[in-house]
Amino acid sequence: MAVARVPVPVPEAVEAAPPSTLSRWLGAAREFCRARPLGAIGGGVIVVMFIVALFSPLLAPYDPEAVDFGAMLARPSLAHWLGTDAFGRDVLARLVFGSRTALMVGFGASVLGATLGAVLGVASAYFGGRIDLYLQRVMDIFLCFPLIILALALVAILGNSIPNLIMAIMVPMIPRSALVIRSSALAIREMPFVDAARAAGFGHARIVLRHMLPNVMAPYLIMLTAFLGQAVLAEASLSFLGLGVQEPTAAWGLMLRGAAVEFAETAPWMAVFPGLAISLSVFAFNLFGDSLRDALDPRLRTQ
Amino acid sequence: MWKYLLKRFLLMFPTLLGVALLTFVLIRVIPGDVVELRYSGDRGSVSQEVLDRERARFGLDKPLWRQFATWVLGVARLDFGESMWTGAPIWQEIRLRFALSLQVAIMATIVAVAMAIPLGVIAALKQDTWVDYAVRIFSIAGLATPSFWLGIVFILLLLVVFHWLPPMIYTPFWQNPWENMKQLIWPALAVGYRYSAVATRMTRSAMLEVLREDYIRTARAKGLVQRLVLARHALKNAMLPVLTVIALEFAFLIGGLVVTEQVFNLNGLGLLFVQAVAHRDYTLIQALVMLVAGCFIVANFLMDVGYAWIDPRIRYR
Repeated sequence: MAVARVPVPVPEAVEAAPPSTLSRWLGAAREFCRARPLGAIGGGVIVVMFIVALFSPLLAPYDPEAVDFGAMLARPSLAHWLGTDAFGRDVLARLVFGSRTALMVGFGASVLGATLGAVLGVASAYFGGRIDLYLQRVMDIFLCFPLIILALALVAILGNSIPNLIMAIMVPMIPRSALVIRSSALAIREMPFVDAARAAGFGHARIVLRHMLPNVMAPYLIMLTAFLGQAVLAEASLSFLGLGVQEPTAAWGLMLRGAAVEFAETAPWMAVFPGLAISLSVFAFNLFGDSLRDALDPRLRTQ
Repeated sequence: MWKYLLKRFLLMFPTLLGVALLTFVLIRVIPGDVVELRYSGDRGSVSQEVLDRERARFGLDKPLWRQFATWVLGVARLDFGESMWTGAPIWQEIRLRFALSLQVAIMATIVAVAMAIPLGVIAALKQDTWVDYAVRIFSIAGLATPSFWLGIVFILLLLVVFHWLPPMIYTPFWQNPWENMKQLIWPALAVGYRYSAVATRMTRSAMLEVLREDYIRTARAKGLVQRLVLARHALKNAMLPVLTVIALEFAFLIGGLVVTEQVFNLNGLGLLFVQAVAHRDYTLIQALVMLVAGCFIVANFLMDVGYAWIDPRIRYR
């Protein structure tokens, strides 16, 4: 069956010596935007989020933790665009600063989780035999726990500072990433260049980290973007339960906690906007991740 | 095939044991225990002696390996012991809440399947048209929307539009089905949307794959009408991965309910779990985790059996 191949921005696919790494990536990015408009929209939202998080103090109209009892539960107005909460804190300011928490926990947990999982997955495939078997069994055990339940137990152990929250959300991601990466790495293990590296006398660590790991970049990036959204959702859920980020720090899940239901009738803006912020950011991560997967996964390339 | 299935069956037990060990260790690493928490109100007035006696009552003074062995041997006889916080037998604590969570989970599954399969099939048939894009955006949005927030939005809309609030007190289904539905349909919809998103995406990609197969072309070439091609040839073959996703998600739904139950004030397994962790109720946490993990492991095994039964390539291995 003749199949039309959609040109795909895979940096590795460029065979002729490219002018420079930067222009190669820029070209790939341009190609990605053209071929996958939905993914480009997602990427755009992510960039905006980053800018908001970086320049929060400049963009937020008020101090996110400043209590103003003169303006409790104020309706959205020119002074407070998205209204205020039960302590008179500006909802917009808290949303803007909340993006920092979301991105920090989201990126921290997903990058660490996906990377550790990738290393374990590649090592598992490389060594094979007994090590592979035992590692797989341990991963199977971790996979039996729903993400939120494992994260909840870990937060209870570690306490709920932001680094601990990152740890707690990262751990459940490791086996999920290891599982996927291992299956890609199994094929790479059979490649001649791995034999060559072994023949050249390189150590195990060097072969795994320098020769095999770079070749599972595609599934790694796919897992990473999928984890991003999940991590942001997990952080919001934990904070909503009161087990994540603590008051008065601004976090989207925390803003929905308690007050949102109690004041549903009198101050619906308290419940609507933080939820929209969570949904929009996770939506953008997923949209971007989906398009990236379509672009990188050779099995899905045919359309 | 029997050798393969026997191997899968036997593998369930070390995994369950591993889950038990991991749970046991994890919850004992959490600072504080149930005795300390119970008397935390009047710390200082309680002598160390009383605390030690209470700990001995729960067997918490024994070496860890003996605590673990006692518990595992109990579980092997399906005896989960008593809750350390309330003193009631575990099965009694779990029974009513399990009925509630299970009902929400089943209703959410119905919502999900009813939405996912038609949407996924349509999206696959109209690939890369606006219909496909709309379905994909709808399902990606489902993955992005936290179900607890969706629950809050439902409550908000019902209040603002209908000036009506779903009942906040649980009525068992067999007592008054109408009251029961009025309360539980909302969490089921909130959870079901996310669930349907997962299943829609799987249906779409499975259908896309199947529609390219030679036997579909053959079916069309021999003049079969579109409806029959879809129902008899395409959908039947595309259902396997979809059912897999539905089964796995169902097993994990209990976990997903942890947050949503808070919004609707449902006294289900999720809420019970959060309380049990807060109280350091070791026996209850262990029982709940074993229940969820056990469901997941059994669902996985049943899937292996189903695959072997349906797919001859596995059957004759």
